[in-house]
Amino acid sequence: MSQAWATHPSQALLRVAERAAKRSRSTGRRRLVLISGLVMLGIAIAAILAAPLLSSYPPNALDVLHPLAPPLTPGHLLGTDQYGRDILARILYGGRIDLAIAFGATSVTLVFGTIVGIVAGYFGGWVDNLLMRIVDLFFAFPFLVLIIAIIAMLGPSIFNMFVAIWITSWVSYARIMRAQTVVAKKQQYVLAARTLGYGRVRVMLRHILPNTASAVIIFSMVDAIGNIILAASLGFLGLGAQPPTPEWGTMISDGQNYILSSWWLATLPGLAIVFVGVAFSLIGDGLADVLRPGER
Amino acid sequence: MSRFGTLPRRLGHLVLIAFGITLVTFFLLRLIPGDPALAILGTSYTHQRAEAIDLALGLNKPIWTQYVLFMGRLFRGNLGYSFFYSLPATTVIGQHLAPTVFLVIYAAVLAAAISLPLGFVSGLRRGGVVDQSTRVFFTVSFAMPAFWLGIILLIVFSVHLHVFPISGFGSGFAGHLYYLFLPALTIAVGFSTVLIRSLRAATIATLQAEFVDTARMKGISRAKVLRRHVFRNAVLAVVAVFGVNLAYLISGTVLVENVFSLPGLGSLLVNSVSNRDYPVVQGVTLLFALLIVAINLLTDLTQSALDPRVGQEIGE
Amino acid sequence: MTALAGGQSAGEPLLTVEDLHTYLATGQGVVRAVDGVSFTLGQAEVLGIVGESGCGKTVTCRTIMGLTPRRIAYSSGRVIYHPWGEGNILDLSERELQKLRGTHLAMIFQDPMTALNPVRSIGDQLAEAVTAHTRLPRAQARDRAVDLLTRVGIPAPERRMRDYPFQFSGGMLQRALIAIALASSPRLLLADEPTTSLDVIIQDQILSLLLELQRDTGMSMILVSHDLAVITEVCDRVIVMYGGQIVEEGDTATIITAPSHPYTKALLEALPQGGHRGPLRSIPGAPPSLIDAPAGCRFVPRCPLAMHECTGWTTELVETGGPGHRARCWRHHEVGRATAWQASDSA
Repeated sequence: MSQAWATHPSQALLRVAERAAKRSRSTGRRRLVLISGLVMLGIAIAAILAAPLLSSYPPNALDVLHPLAPPLTPGHLLGTDQYGRDILARILYGGRIDLAIAFGATSVTLVFGTIVGIVAGYFGGWVDNLLMRIVDLFFAFPFLVLIIAIIAMLGPSIFNMFVAIWITSWVSYARIMRAQTVVAKKQQYVLAARTLGYGRVRVMLRHILPNTASAVIIFSMVDAIGNIILAASLGFLGLGAQPPTPEWGTMISDGQNYILSSWWLATLPGLAIVFVGVAFSLIGDGLADVLRPGER
Repeated sequence: MSRFGTLPRRLGHLVLIAFGITLVTFFLLRLIPGDPALAILGTSYTHQRAEAIDLALGLNKPIWTQYVLFMGRLFRGNLGYSFFYSLPATTVIGQHLAPTVFLVIYAAVLAAAISLPLGFVSGLRRGGVVDQSTRVFFTVSFAMPAFWLGIILLIVFSVHLHVFPISGFGSGFAGHLYYLFLPALTIAVGFSTVLIRSLRAATIATLQAEFVDTARMKGISRAKVLRRHVFRNAVLAVVAVFGVNLAYLISGTVLVENVFSLPGLGSLLVNSVSNRDYPVVQGVTLLFALLIVAINLLTDLTQSALDPRVGQEIGE
Repeated sequence: MTALAGGQSAGEPLLTVEDLHTYLATGQGVVRAVDGVSFTLGQAEVLGIVGESGCGKTVTCRTIMGLTPRRIAYSSGRVIYHPWGEGNILDLSERELQKLRGTHLAMIFQDPMTALNPVRSIGDQLAEAVTAHTRLPRAQARDRAVDLLTRVGIPAPERRMRDYPFQFSGGMLQRALIAIALASSPRLLLADEPTTSLDVIIQDQILSLLLELQRDTGMSMILVSHDLAVITEVCDRVIVMYGGQIVEEGDTATIITAPSHPYTKALLEALPQGGHRGPLRSIPGAPPSLIDAPAGCRFVPRCPLAMHECTGWTTELVETGGPGHRARCWRHHEVGRATAWQASDSA
């Protein structure tokens, strides 16, 4: 390399551009998003599982001498509700229901919707047409209203809340997965597999699914937030968890009667929802960056 | 570019969907485990009353006959009889319609007012202050249940600052605007998350389009390029998103009406569930779904009015 | 004017580009899209830039127009547009550039299907160009727009003004874009692959139209193409680009008859020979990635004449002896000799 080359003005330009390129890559920051989301979710799950260790009160234990105690009261870190029940304990135990919905409802609809979508996309024709018209039909209803209507008929309970979500929520996955499958079906690797005479199930599971799953997995994080909010909303409306079962939505609903005097009753359980929601949101964003680099 | 084929085909599709909606709402009642009459009457069950209900609901006829009867009544504007209010369900629903319609429109307008500037600026200055702070704020608000946000706004603005009333619908147009501000804002914040994200993405995509270079090449001002070629195209791309996510507005309304004790369809729906007022639940569900179909139709029409490509034979 | 000025560019120079670099900061690394390009363009001259895709032709044009993506593109060097003074137009603000665009510099882009706003009428977009630099009453602007459409050969221009881009064919769109580019009578037109996405017959029509307009208006033109046939048909002088650099430069006749860079020779040999349609020969291999450009000649991996010295040393553009003819090759004097090629083949 000649001396002239090293001092050429384009070298300075190259350094500037390289710094900019490094900034635009910044894979480290993207990883950080995913990791912080996972850590937050890990903390939430650990706290909920370790509820008996973190709180000295059962969720429904009444402390009649200290109703509506504000946060930081000795013995009640987050205060007590109108019956003197410990709010920290109720948030920890209540989270079990909301996280159960996040995982239990989301995983079932993820699997079922993915199957429907891949079948519709792969087979096309009347199968596709029929399945997608059913999906369209579900999308015509406001989700919450449809779920409330189903629960209205089945009767309000936590189990029926699961059932209502299972019936309605798979459609988003089906729609996403179908779109992905239709594209993947025309790719070389799938055509090759089909020419080799592999069975339909094998092509779908081994060749299409691994290349398209990232979209539904990323969406499932958004959906998990949606399901937690849905569970809390139904609890709030009195259509999900029933008192005295602790659940974040029912706690907020109870607390609404006391907003004039005791703000913490309604506020704190909501913060728990936001915490878990942001965790899922970060995981979703992080996964999107890791699984599909180059977008955004 | 357009997801829609031709407009007539789209209209046919909507008619089909509307038909499907009636089927689903009709079969909702069949979800009731056991004897619907028993579920409706509860403790006041007597054999005579049960037979009266069976007759009123047509439960003693074959299921397809029941559906034909249901559709026949529907076309005459009859949604059944509310046992709880002792009134036709249509009357009950009609009484609760105004606050909901007002709230939905109010929230949509607020959401547009929030999203258009924020989404556009975020896309224009990617990584800038507006983009970063909007992103953080809406990541958090995305994880917020609408009803909780409503309560927080109540605590801050009504209980502590005394700026807005705690509940009620107000009277007169100005009164409605004032009383419904917090409820509408609550819904709008959630809805804005989706709108801002899509508008930001659409703006970024449009900025990279070659026709923007053509416009700049002409030597017109940056403001003109942005207004005539970037903003307009980006907003057009988001009109469709607006339609698709209307369901979100409706869900928000159901929750927020309950938070702010507004006498709308959402409160009616939830109360009817506890009252086991099945015809009203059925009617409200049907109405909401048809409302969404109607608004989607409006979105399509708006889009074809704004976008010369939609409704033309240009393939998909 | 120094050695940079090409000998054939008769008369006053219109545009001088000196040591132009444009680097693009991408997620994969820095793309050295334009890496030390210098040339001069005369008044009323038609200059061709040829090379495979990804050789920096488009980025060169966009840099001159100031239309590189602001977030990722970094440029250095000098671009002097002489009627605007001796300042470097790379240093101009967006507002100052705006005055230059349209009236002095105009550009036609590769794909006419995406180069017009799909939701605004053709007439609307043309009128916008007409009124960009002059205040005109609406009726007059409209008349001028109709005149322009007539000039570029669009039938029934009055009626087609109301049409939207999707109602136009590719060739018609390209004509409309030419009308837009010429609306404010620019003195330099950059045409970036103006015929690539069109049918063969339409290609010829558009090329003749461009040439005719150039002759009528006396503007200068830079025509960019990957197709040497197109370039030699239209241009006075040719620049061959490879890997972000100019590898050969000279008047069209010299380039065709006495190519002095192996890449130019390969491009010539890839042309279908004189009317008879033999199998199209392509150049083996692919253009280099511009992310980690190696030291030395960038054509080495595909060059039949490559020797040891070609890899280590920076090769400069050198005069070959012909008028204004330069090539970036150590063995430029051997390129024309068939024996050199045979010798390398057997080696």
